[in-house]
Amino acid sequence: MSGRQVSVLSAVNWPRRIARHWTPAYTAIFIVVLAVAIGFLPAVNMGLVVHGFFVGAIIALGAVGLSLVYGILNFANVAHGDYMTMGAYIALFIVGTMLPSLGIEGSGLGPFTFGYPLLIALPLAVVAVAIGAIVLEVTIYRRLRDRGANAVVISMASLGVAVALRGLVQIIWTGDSQHYPRESRQVYHLPMDVRIPPDAIFIAIVAIILVVAVYLALTRTRMGKAMRATADNPELAVVSGIDTRRVIWWTWAMGAVLAATAGILLAVFQAHLLPIMGWKFLIPLFAAVILGGIGNPYGALVGAFVIGVTSEVSTQWINPSYKPAVAFAIMIAVLLVRPRGIFGGGRN
Amino acid sequence: MPLLEASEVVAGYGQTEILHGISITVDQGEIVTIIGPNGCGKSTLMKAIVGLVRVWTGSVAFRGEDISGRPPEQIVRKGLCYVPQSNNVFPSLSIRENLEMGAFVRGDDFRGRIDEMFELFPDLTLQPGRKAGSLSGGQRQMLAIARALMLDPALLLLDEPSAGLSPAMMSIVFERIRDINQTGVALLLVEQNARQALGMSDRGYVLVAGEKRLEDTGKDLLGNPEVARLYLGG
Repeated sequence: MSGRQVSVLSAVNWPRRIARHWTPAYTAIFIVVLAVAIGFLPAVNMGLVVHGFFVGAIIALGAVGLSLVYGILNFANVAHGDYMTMGAYIALFIVGTMLPSLGIEGSGLGPFTFGYPLLIALPLAVVAVAIGAIVLEVTIYRRLRDRGANAVVISMASLGVAVALRGLVQIIWTGDSQHYPRESRQVYHLPMDVRIPPDAIFIAIVAIILVVAVYLALTRTRMGKAMRATADNPELAVVSGIDTRRVIWWTWAMGAVLAATAGILLAVFQAHLLPIMGWKFLIPLFAAVILGGIGNPYGALVGAFVIGVTSEVSTQWINPSYKPAVAFAIMIAVLLVRPRGIFGGGRN
Repeated sequence: MPLLEASEVVAGYGQTEILHGISITVDQGEIVTIIGPNGCGKSTLMKAIVGLVRVWTGSVAFRGEDISGRPPEQIVRKGLCYVPQSNNVFPSLSIRENLEMGAFVRGDDFRGRIDEMFELFPDLTLQPGRKAGSLSGGQRQMLAIARALMLDPALLLLDEPSAGLSPAMMSIVFERIRDINQTGVALLLVEQNARQALGMSDRGYVLVAGEKRLEDTGKDLLGNPEVARLYLGG
């Protein structure tokens, strides 16, 4: 596996790593960035910063899963955004059709716009997408790997999956904008012009719970450790007796659970669903993953917040439709300094 | 019945045949060393035995059972463990986690086995939480061997355990290999450092260009003028 230069799912020894690779050039760049940031700070709308953190939380869920899949299967899963879309729409089917037929309906749970049925739909939809991801692994991705397809071919196959999933959503639910049963709610007003919709609190809590759960799974469970081992060195994992087929299944399941949750939270946050929602989200997702160091889920987490906050803050000066461009501009700027991303294993 | 019996193994990569029909055996409790020039197929033979490289024709039998064509994760369960030459630890996992991965197929409580490994390789006990990627070459080699020993194998395959180590570290590794053998584990080694390896081996094989050139006891191979001229630098 000598040709393998992908960063591993390495734990957080980055302060030492950064210290080791610190050069005067970094110091100069750091000072310039800091000066610009401080100069801008009084002008920055804190409301956008806070909003960016919530967007970052949703990006983080998608990006961590995308990064895990990349780290273990070694290809860029272009269909990841459409796993988000699937999650959002399956939840819509559950809260809009399935549960009402059982007499379970509701909206406006406590301070939130959605009702308690969404809390039932979320785990069900997420598990459905995870099963779907494993079915796709068995029917498509494993066959391609067994035939020796390279990463580009497999990525192209995932592009096909992405288009097919989006088409499926459009056929079943049409291309029109839809939404979960909802009631309008007052936003919380905080000082400095910060407004927080109550739903955002829910999003933040779910995101934190899931990220902590993923961290614990990767560091405390036998299967999680086997996932990290397989990402580190697949051949050694095999000769250690690790059942890599099951590792891959769990990786897909984890990635899909995170993606589907992100899709549902995004649908709640923006108060509507569109078949294109996940596909459009792929750009900030990849920007976050690459920014953090490909294949490193902890890096993806940091990358997600950087992308979330900067692209939201940019809307203060730049037309919001350029948000993806801002995300990529920041990604390129960081990669010029650290070509392997913020936490992408030094220079080996 | 030998513990391991490879008969007329033909194998290679893609269209390229590397091994042209090699037969070797390892008996219970033996140390057997394979030497030969670079590219003669030593590592390929090891990989063919553990199932990482497909055996085209011929067979590999372990405890009398044909294991050729089986996937590595099944072969490992039978008590035949393997340490590759390079990239033989999981760098982002801690020392302890590396050992846990070695025991992945064990359903029982293997904490006792981890303690045994720490006794055998005291270097590893100092910081069991340390990342394997930050270890020195020698410590890494110890960890790689300890990982492979977690399943309590009957046969351990080591591909160039002394590669890239300082002479002092090399001696320690060879000493450990002898210790492991004392506990009843048979060893099949591939070694560049032929003198030291043959010196402690019961038997040895010389591979040249994918074929078996010589086979003899370790001591007689050391005394063989042809071997001395070609591989012992004397």
